[in-house]
Amino acid sequence: MLRYAIKRIGSLAISLIVASLVIFACIEVIPGDPASFMLGINAQPDTVAALREELGLNASLGARYLSWVTGMLSGDFGTSYTYRSPVAEIIGDRLWISLPLALIALGLTVLIAFPVGILAATKRGSWADMSVMGATQLGIAIPNFWFAMLMVLLFAINLRWFSAGGFPGWEHPLAALKALTLPAIALALPQASILARVMRSALLDTLSEDYIRTCRAKGLTQRQALWRHALRNAMIPVLTIIGLQFSFLLAGAIIIENVFYLPGLGRLVFQAISQRDLIMVESVVFLLVFAVIMVNFAVDLAYAWVDPRLRGRS
Amino acid sequence: MTLLSIENLSLSIRGIPILRDVSLSLNHGEILGVIGESGSGKSLTTFSVLQLLPSGTTCQGRINLLGGDVLTKSEQALCAMRGRDVGMVFQEPMTALNPVQTIGAQVAETILIHEPNTSKVDAMKRAAHALTRCELPQYKFPLSRYPHEMSGGQRQRVVIAMAIALQPKLLIADEPTTALDVTTQAEILDLLSRLVREDDMGLMLISHDLAVVSDMAHRIAIMKNGEVVEEGGADLHRTMTHPYTKALFAASSHQPERNATPEDKPLLEINDAIRDYTLPRKSLFGAADTFRAVDNVSFQIKRGESLGLVGESGCGKSTLTRAILGLEPLQGGTILLDGQPVGPAVRRKMQVVFQDPYGSFNPRHKVARLVSEPFHLVGRKATDAEIDEALISVGLTPADKTKYIHEFSGGQRQRIAIARALIIKPELIVLDEAVSALDVSIRAQILDLLADLSDRFGLTYLFISHDLSVVRAITDRCLVMQSGKIVEEGDTERLFTAPTHPYTQTLIAAAPTLPEP
Repeated sequence: MLRYAIKRIGSLAISLIVASLVIFACIEVIPGDPASFMLGINAQPDTVAALREELGLNASLGARYLSWVTGMLSGDFGTSYTYRSPVAEIIGDRLWISLPLALIALGLTVLIAFPVGILAATKRGSWADMSVMGATQLGIAIPNFWFAMLMVLLFAINLRWFSAGGFPGWEHPLAALKALTLPAIALALPQASILARVMRSALLDTLSEDYIRTCRAKGLTQRQALWRHALRNAMIPVLTIIGLQFSFLLAGAIIIENVFYLPGLGRLVFQAISQRDLIMVESVVFLLVFAVIMVNFAVDLAYAWVDPRLRGRS
Repeated sequence: MTLLSIENLSLSIRGIPILRDVSLSLNHGEILGVIGESGSGKSLTTFSVLQLLPSGTTCQGRINLLGGDVLTKSEQALCAMRGRDVGMVFQEPMTALNPVQTIGAQVAETILIHEPNTSKVDAMKRAAHALTRCELPQYKFPLSRYPHEMSGGQRQRVVIAMAIALQPKLLIADEPTTALDVTTQAEILDLLSRLVREDDMGLMLISHDLAVVSDMAHRIAIMKNGEVVEEGGADLHRTMTHPYTKALFAASSHQPERNATPEDKPLLEINDAIRDYTLPRKSLFGAADTFRAVDNVSFQIKRGESLGLVGESGCGKSTLTRAILGLEPLQGGTILLDGQPVGPAVRRKMQVVFQDPYGSFNPRHKVARLVSEPFHLVGRKATDAEIDEALISVGLTPADKTKYIHEFSGGQRQRIAIARALIIKPELIVLDEAVSALDVSIRAQILDLLADLSDRFGLTYLFISHDLSVVRAITDRCLVMQSGKIVEEGDTERLFTAPTHPYTQTLIAAAPTLPEP
């Protein structure tokens, strides 16, 4: 198990290095001068030169990469050109919204998908299976921003249970949670639909395995065979999807954050791009890549926990 | 009191009758062999004793087990019965165990399910005892082992330990050794016989292999098309009266007539072939180990000869076969076909027939296209006349070429595989376990067909199999392979009657034999 973990950490480090190189190359090396790009086509040459100096663009390529990476390692992501304040601070603030939102949405996803998937698999072909699977089809098909707007109409405008948008800050934890509830549901609905379908088909596959028949011959009921044997074996594809979904929820909430006026990471990167704040874009993109790689690492460890065949002989 | 009596059992699945008036009985300490070909209903008969049947199944008749009728029991009562009164062993040991649980947990589960008041520690102790009884001692196979750390034979012992952990009165074994090597098969059959004696259990042994059952059963029932056609004692081979039983015995020991005489000139020459596989590195900087799958193998096949290659799984015979077909690179030695290295130039002189008549065809193509596949080696398309000729030569009709593969039975599919091999008129046909998946009567027909084709077209065969009786029936000369090496080589009859190498002797002694009529 330890050997497996060390191997995974090795590949994690390599992925991070490659990712940082690619992001750096995309933003700094691609033709065109970052400073004049950030200032727009009408900028004065001396303003551009000043910005080049400020951004350290006059140094060599290798030196710029090294200073970017070492800066990030020590928590210094540089200074945002548009906000005129440290990037790390801004990202930190935004992360406190995006991360809880992603976690709540993922929690909801799992809470909905597991029971639904298990129910559909155990009652395969019944009306329960068919109606639940029909509902998940709908959940995948409905665009989540539209669903979000419907929820705003119903729960915020008509019933007045939630506010229609904005974020009060974590100084008021209950209000903050309340503000994240509708966005989390909107994010979770399509993801839960996908995960429920994956759960169902993975369970159906494992339920038809020979070892389930062996369990039944030992005297286990169908239900016992499902909970004790089939479920854990069905987890491998389910974990894969959960990993992909978490990465998506963290980075892909741009539209939902806009619908609910949540100052999250998605909105930040969207604004930074439109304001040509390359330092900000670079940092947020790297942070998101970092998150995706870490999630994949966690999923790899979870695989090994579920399946002893991946741990190798001890 | 009779342990199990099945009386007039009829079974249908969604209205289609499968079993008709099956009656069987079994006493304590007795072994009942149930023989039948695929589709005979032998497996469904056993599953109906446990009531583990596909949905939509209805049963009529009576299945009396230990005085109660299984067919009238509630699902709850059935769960209490399964595993406690009846243990079951399945065909496929590689998939019969949960891959993510230790063997200890899986054996202990049988005990914990039926005796919920037992502590986990006690259950584990009893699991260890059951495993030891199945010759998996704790010092070598601790309870913490996972199934993937064990071989097929060892896994089958775990399945048996699970089935006998509570010392049930009845043990059902459905083709328990079909997936195993011949020496492992002999060990597992010995183990089952010993457990039957020690626990005074009744054993219902289901098999397609008459030789396996004849060696150990007290009584034998023959099933065909959902009916028991004949039942008799261990001397059924002498007392049999039903024509199907007689046909089954005849097919099992069938020896095709062969008239081809090999020439002296070698067609295939293998000189000092070596195939190494690189193993995963043990540390980041150490050199990777290699595993030698084929170790300095040399032999020749003469034109018109039929050569057998036998050995147990993992001995390297599949790797060698793939190397001969040019699908594996060699690390040393040469393979010459008709004097030239195996490559595109000579590849068309050699064709192969694989074991699986279901998996080796693309289901979306029609027979005409499937059969003409090897023509890519020739560089032109097959003509209709060539396709017709190939189909006719294997006993099919030209009309079959417009059908899809799912419209054919297993035996017919293997005929199509042979037609596909024949169509570009090769000189050598490699038969890789080509009849292993077939029922005995079909197998006999295919062996006859192969002998006939060899006579007519002067074909040379390399016959790879783990089944000694088949190799004995169809080959002139035979090689025995163990751990990548050829350990013995000689004329087939000589090798089977007077083997000299200890491994060959072990193999031949382990192979179950049919009693002489």
